[in-house]
Amino acid sequence: MADTTPSAVTPPKREMSYRRKEWLRAWESMVASRWALVGMLILIIVTFVAIFGPWLAPFDPNRQNIMMRLLEPGTPGREDLTYWLGSDQLGRDVLSRLLYGARVSLLVGVAAIAVGGTLGTILGLISGYYGGRIDDVIMRLGDIQLAFPFILLAIMFLVVLGPGLVNIILVLGIGQWITYARIVRAQTLSLREKEYVEAARALGDSTFSILFRTILPNIIAPLTVIASFNVAGVILSEAALSFLGLGVPPDVPTWGSMLSESRDHLLSNKWWMAVFPGLAIVFTVLAFNIIGDWLRDFLDPRLKENA
Amino acid sequence: MWTFLVRRLWQSIIVLIGVTLISFISLQIGGDPTYLFVSENATTEEIERAREMLGFDRPLHVQYLSYVWNALQGDFGSSLSYRQPAMDVVLEAMPATIELTIFSLVLAIGLSIPLGIYAALKRGKPIDGGIMTFAMLGQSIPNFWMGIMMIMFFGLYLRWFPISGHVPFLEPLFAGEFREAFTNLPQSMYYMIMPALAVGTYTLARNARLVRSSMLEVLQQDYVRTARSKGISERRVIFNHAMRNAWLPVVTMIGLEFGFLLGGVVVVETVFSYPGIGRLTFQAINQRDIPVVQASVIILAVIFILLNLIVDLIYARLDPRVKL
Repeated sequence: MADTTPSAVTPPKREMSYRRKEWLRAWESMVASRWALVGMLILIIVTFVAIFGPWLAPFDPNRQNIMMRLLEPGTPGREDLTYWLGSDQLGRDVLSRLLYGARVSLLVGVAAIAVGGTLGTILGLISGYYGGRIDDVIMRLGDIQLAFPFILLAIMFLVVLGPGLVNIILVLGIGQWITYARIVRAQTLSLREKEYVEAARALGDSTFSILFRTILPNIIAPLTVIASFNVAGVILSEAALSFLGLGVPPDVPTWGSMLSESRDHLLSNKWWMAVFPGLAIVFTVLAFNIIGDWLRDFLDPRLKENA
Repeated sequence: MWTFLVRRLWQSIIVLIGVTLISFISLQIGGDPTYLFVSENATTEEIERAREMLGFDRPLHVQYLSYVWNALQGDFGSSLSYRQPAMDVVLEAMPATIELTIFSLVLAIGLSIPLGIYAALKRGKPIDGGIMTFAMLGQSIPNFWMGIMMIMFFGLYLRWFPISGHVPFLEPLFAGEFREAFTNLPQSMYYMIMPALAVGTYTLARNARLVRSSMLEVLQQDYVRTARSKGISERRVIFNHAMRNAWLPVVTMIGLEFGFLLGGVVVVETVFSYPGIGRLTFQAINQRDIPVVQASVIILAVIFILLNLIVDLIYARLDPRVKL
């Protein structure tokens, strides 16, 4: 087992250093673009909050306290606790709800893309590799879906299915598949004629292996770029659906539903209920958009948007 | 031209069939749809009667065919809360939504083109950076939050614009009351400006970026260099040579933008209590008035498909490379 001849040891070592070089190049490009660094920083903060929110939150996000309704930001509460971002119409702490809300936004964003991305990638690989009638059927289905404003589709299904985390992830995820399927299909079409794919075929690799081990690794880069923009889009959609009351159940705090509740208190100028959840959404979405822009330039300089 | 028209119409029909199929599936996906149409404390007999009356006891394919047949006649059943046909309720709200969608599209496109061109011409200068930062931000702001912020700042604090309400323009226009329609127009726009900006910000931002990069690409083309070397004034190079070609990707996007705008309208109308299909859908969602939700969504889809068809026809006229 322990093969210590130099020739067997060297290649992995070279791969390590190549990888390290790539990471270094990524880091340098990120620092050079500055915006990307800001985006990354926001993303790290949001992820941290999403994971550790329950420990960071000063209050139970669902604890109602009628005595503490609609307090301005910075009002001290009992037990040395302060309502740093004020409280809502039921006396719940806005900051705590905001911290918990990061969870839903990020989870829905990432999970929906995982669902849509996986589904779309598999269908795209099949479509591009086999071509013919199966390709026709898959792509026409996609055309129909694209010819229909997505949010309407989501509304129609969620009204019947009712609110729920899994429902919203599935509906938003399935809404995204065609984006991935189209890209993967186009790439697969061109890759399947390449020599190394033919070589794999000649060596007797199974179709499964050719699709997932030979072709897929070569199309990860454009997929990553799309996924980053897509997470931003899905977070916006989730917020909109929560705003309409079609997101997760009411006892789960989300940024969208917080904004929905803030509507009734606009006239009495309870601005903090509307400003903070909105800013949270804007910063998170902005971070994903910036990272997407940077990834596009970094992974595929040909696509660079004439910057 | 005719072949293109026929092919494009045929595609639209296929999509429409797809839309009815999807909306039919959405009804069935949660199990027996009868429960969506009866009150929560209905007795077993009442549910049974409703199931028979609504036809949910028939085989699925029969249900689908009758669903399509009814949909073709605009029959989506009676609204559960308005006690009149769901379609009538939706059609009443439709002109207001079309007004808002078109106005926000006009605002977004009208502002994005000069912004994008200006940024391209000032490439690398601070003003370019400023416009692009604004565009990046515009793509990250939820439209409904934008609406809420505008209500708070321009509506309640500065008191520049009304925070809700609507003055009809299309309704009198369709009724043949041209004088009334056009006297209403300035007021109508005044009431719509905040919701239209909220709906259109994303489109404005995305298009400004698109126009800029499209313009930058065109400015590097040989024919622009040739035009410049011939000594033609810069203004003419930009307006006569560059812009004509920078237009095409923008027109293509407009068709897709309609979908986005219509989706945005649903949410933003709610924020501004604007009496269109969006607010109606929101109310119907809360009252679980399924026929109205279905009719709204399908009408919005039909509007979207029709507008897309029109955009494609315009595109075919603009770009001689599209075979007519």
